[in-house]
Amino acid sequence: MSKVRVLVGTRKGAFVLTADGKRESWEVNGPHFAGWEIYHLKGSPADPNRIFASQASGWFGQVIQRSDDGGATWEPVGNKFTYEGVPGTHQWYDGTPHPWEFKRVWHLEPSLTNPEIVYAGAEDAALFRSSDGGQNWEELSGLRKHGSGPHWQPGAGGMCLHTILLDPSNAERMYIAISAAGAFRTDDGGQSWKPINRGLRSEFIPDPEAEVGHCVHHIAMHPERPGVLFMQKHWDVMRSDDAGDSWTEVSGNLPTDFGFAIDVHAHEPETIYVVPIKSDSEHFPLDGKLRVYRSRSGGNEWEPLTKGLPQENCYVNVLRDAMAVDTLDQCGVYFGTTGGQVYMSPDAGESWKPIVRDLPAVLSVEVQTLS
Amino acid sequence: MMIRVLLPAHLRVLARVQGEVTVDAEAATVCSILDAVEARYPMLEGTIRDHTTKERRPFLRFFACEQDLSHESPDTPLPGAVASGKEPLLVIGAVAGG
Repeated sequence: MSKVRVLVGTRKGAFVLTADGKRESWEVNGPHFAGWEIYHLKGSPADPNRIFASQASGWFGQVIQRSDDGGATWEPVGNKFTYEGVPGTHQWYDGTPHPWEFKRVWHLEPSLTNPEIVYAGAEDAALFRSSDGGQNWEELSGLRKHGSGPHWQPGAGGMCLHTILLDPSNAERMYIAISAAGAFRTDDGGQSWKPINRGLRSEFIPDPEAEVGHCVHHIAMHPERPGVLFMQKHWDVMRSDDAGDSWTEVSGNLPTDFGFAIDVHAHEPETIYVVPIKSDSEHFPLDGKLRVYRSRSGGNEWEPLTKGLPQENCYVNVLRDAMAVDTLDQCGVYFGTTGGQVYMSPDAGESWKPIVRDLPAVLSVEVQTLS
Repeated sequence: MMIRVLLPAHLRVLARVQGEVTVDAEAATVCSILDAVEARYPMLEGTIRDHTTKERRPFLRFFACEQDLSHESPDTPLPGAVASGKEPLLVIGAVAGG
């Protein structure tokens, strides 16, 4: 029988939630790495028992953990992230040059086909790759050395590379996103990169339609249509039908188009989910009502999904990596909140229930569907 | 020489040790002691000092014999009581976080 494993990263540890395919009864395992910030965990599609976790601390820095038994036990692997060559500078918040400094890993993206290969998205923004299961890391410096690099600036959360999407139809193509530089694409396995921000409009930068400088919060892709991308920008929900070469706004009738998380239904490439957040200074749902919005038309027309979610006095946030879907016949949708709840819907968003209610603030949620 | 080292609780968990550790260091200096600690517990590399520059992480301190030795050169000889094993080198996580 199929099984679901939910990997939850929080401010104070990691949790592994498991259930059978009915998704009614859950076992909660954790905290792993108690007391540490776990920005992200993700399992290898090529070997689901292999899971990578980014463990970080203001005191002790970065640790990468790896499990080879589905999260039951863990071993620390390599944590040396060194920028290639002379790191140079990017812009600081005040516009002055600031040296590139490694701070933490925001996102880990295992290869779709090789369990030894995993990518890491870092703050200050850079992309690293390991080809030995996380023991050693090498920067794909063509990204950071893109000519626009010295002009990149941090978003409020830091200058983080938070999104990595691998194209299942083209091993040479991947997408990344950086706050607040924007989205980039490589078509040669990470050697060279181009900004893919045409069509984005951001009023907080001097040229609202600049090539770089946009605060992209997250990008999602359906694996069967890797050229179609959906983006939650700081403000605005966007889509691209040409692998990011151009974007159009699809915020439509959303009550607010600010937000962090965005994801795509596992079986319906035009069904997408966002969690609208009131504003960039008020990081909580509008009117205290936690509502997931679903579009079944790839954007523009949105419907609120509220059944089982708090509809009063709710002031949590849902962060960029804290939403995921399973691939069971009836697609499950999951998200975690800064209030420590992990909600799941076994029916593609029609109804919701909490798996857990009182974890530390949730930073990331990933789902593995196991046979 | 055998040196006693007390690590912060989170690093003891990471290294899977309990209580103090004892390492065989070439000299009774912070640099030499941490070299020995990292050789025996490689998962601690980068968690006490930078991989490359070997600079102490900002929120950590080195205490011994009721002295804060954090700002000494890492090659400065530590007190004789540390060298003799009478006293441990304490790696301390700063009180921070509100």
